[in-house]
Amino acid sequence: MGSITLKQVTKSFGKVNVIKPIDLEIKDGEFIVFVGPSGCGKSTLLRMIAGLEDTTSGTIEIDGKDATDTPPSKRGLAMVFQSYALYPHMSVRNNIAFPLKQAKMSPEEIETKIANAAKILNLDTYLDRKPGQLSGGQRQRVAIGRAIVRQPSAFLFDEPLSNLDASLRVNMRLEISELHKSLATTMVYVTHDQVEAMTMADRIAVFNAGIIEQVGTPLELYNKPVNQFVAGFIGSPKMNFMNVKSADNNPTATIGVRPEHLVISKDSGMWHGTVGVIEHLGSETFLHVHIESGDTLTVRADGNCDIQYGDKVYLNASPDKVLHFDANGLTLPLEAALKTA
Amino acid sequence: MATTNSRSLARLMLFPSVLLLLAWMIVPLCMTLYFSFLDYNLLTPGNDEFIGFVNYEFFLTDPAFIESFFNTLLLVTGVLFITLVGGIGLAVLLDQAIWGRNYVRIMVLAPFFVMPTVSALVWKNMLMNPVNGLFAHFATWIGVDPIDFFAQMPLFSIIIIVSWQWLPFAALILLTAIQSLDREQLEAADLDGAGPISKFLYIVLPHLSRAITAVILIETIFLLSIFAEILVTTSGGPGYASTNITYLIYTQSLLQFDVGGGSAGGIVAVILANIVSIFLMRLIGKNLEG
Repeated sequence: MGSITLKQVTKSFGKVNVIKPIDLEIKDGEFIVFVGPSGCGKSTLLRMIAGLEDTTSGTIEIDGKDATDTPPSKRGLAMVFQSYALYPHMSVRNNIAFPLKQAKMSPEEIETKIANAAKILNLDTYLDRKPGQLSGGQRQRVAIGRAIVRQPSAFLFDEPLSNLDASLRVNMRLEISELHKSLATTMVYVTHDQVEAMTMADRIAVFNAGIIEQVGTPLELYNKPVNQFVAGFIGSPKMNFMNVKSADNNPTATIGVRPEHLVISKDSGMWHGTVGVIEHLGSETFLHVHIESGDTLTVRADGNCDIQYGDKVYLNASPDKVLHFDANGLTLPLEAALKTA
Repeated sequence: MATTNSRSLARLMLFPSVLLLLAWMIVPLCMTLYFSFLDYNLLTPGNDEFIGFVNYEFFLTDPAFIESFFNTLLLVTGVLFITLVGGIGLAVLLDQAIWGRNYVRIMVLAPFFVMPTVSALVWKNMLMNPVNGLFAHFATWIGVDPIDFFAQMPLFSIIIIVSWQWLPFAALILLTAIQSLDREQLEAADLDGAGPISKFLYIVLPHLSRAITAVILIETIFLLSIFAEILVTTSGGPGYASTNITYLIYTQSLLQFDVGGGSAGGIVAVILANIVSIFLMRLIGKNLEG
């Protein structure tokens, strides 16, 4: 079991409110990702759930029981740290056995659990090495192994992949997702990388400056962001934003179009501009187009596009793919925006 | 970049200072070695003839040698034990977030800046004196007989004084080591269900092993040659109860004017110090690797 409920949770360091009142329901077995720019409070909230930080006000419930003042060890949660936090003087075997020994488990039981974890994570051959002799990915696996042997009600991951190189990160991402599917345990995962969030999450909570901007499935956030911040944060490359001249009957202050929804045309279109830097990725091409209003739009085009630096192009977007934001950055309903436009 | 040219030039430039340092070390050692084979007594000058290993024989068979040898060992191990246990305790305490932590840290370090003679005098006259000392006052206040520290437990008293001087050193080195401990490891241990004692035993203490090794090695070098504290307080007495090898060599060569015998003692001390250091490096030196 592993449902976590946050009710009006806040955190202040002195006079600084790091977490403004947050309500969040994490369902049992769910993979939820906290994503947001650095300093938005997502790691602090994770540490509060773990019990490593005190909660200033509000309650944290784990499996329906108030755990706000429960010490970390009694919450039944396991955490994987950004630095892995392996014990450097212990072998991999002892690292994984440490929580079990603390729980006064019998040696035979410990041995079977270690063997089990080692099999799941492919650690068999490394069990007698020290963490210092392992590569980053292997250390990461040991940290996960140390977490899973305790059979926690939920796993907490604090930016676990940020110390790995790009290709390893993709592999570990898959492994963690795979692990979630096979264990079916609640996982709370903190990252600043929206790609990780989109690829792994059942649900994503987008954080900004101590509040949750929006919670939803990856596609909900991608298709129906509630405001300009979420729209800009989710999706890669970033959504293009253009300011619109305000009119009395038109509440739209900014419009946003994703790079993949812009279509290049040689002869006519909504926007006209000059092509700047072109990034060829093989499978796709990113064009940076300087339009007449002075904005630069990123366009995602086909991998084999033959447009050159300095070409004049027109850009088009289907009206239902354009998002409208009001002066406060809130998303306007599409029908209303289209009617007034 | 180091080319062959620049490297040989570097060697050439280093040569004079290396030579000077070598001479600085070798000349006194050789002279001591030379004196140790002579019948060299300041009371009978000009009579210094070669007598082979007689000085060594006398020094090693002297009952005072055995006693002072064990005194030296007791002094070194006693002080090491007190400073390490106390130093680890202090380091753990000073690592806590307390009010005015920086001032407390400076004050803890203060005893290290006091000269050995001065601190020995302070302990002798103000604290351990059986009539005027603070401890004596305290003893009479609670109604027991004051202890005459330097008469009843001379070596122990010296161990206390020297420990007081070296405790800050150990505490400081261990404190910096504790501060370099990754906080996430402690948090991980928290989540793994480790209590304060388990965390100390399984996380903090192993992390400190290298610093503890360094403290043991450095302190041993200095503790083998403790002298001022003994001279100021007990003068090695009563009898030879608080004489260590360093002090024995001093009495031999400067109180009995037997330079030859003192030199032999000096050479014995050098050999013993080397045995101790080889032993220590074997025992704990592997902690310094990696």
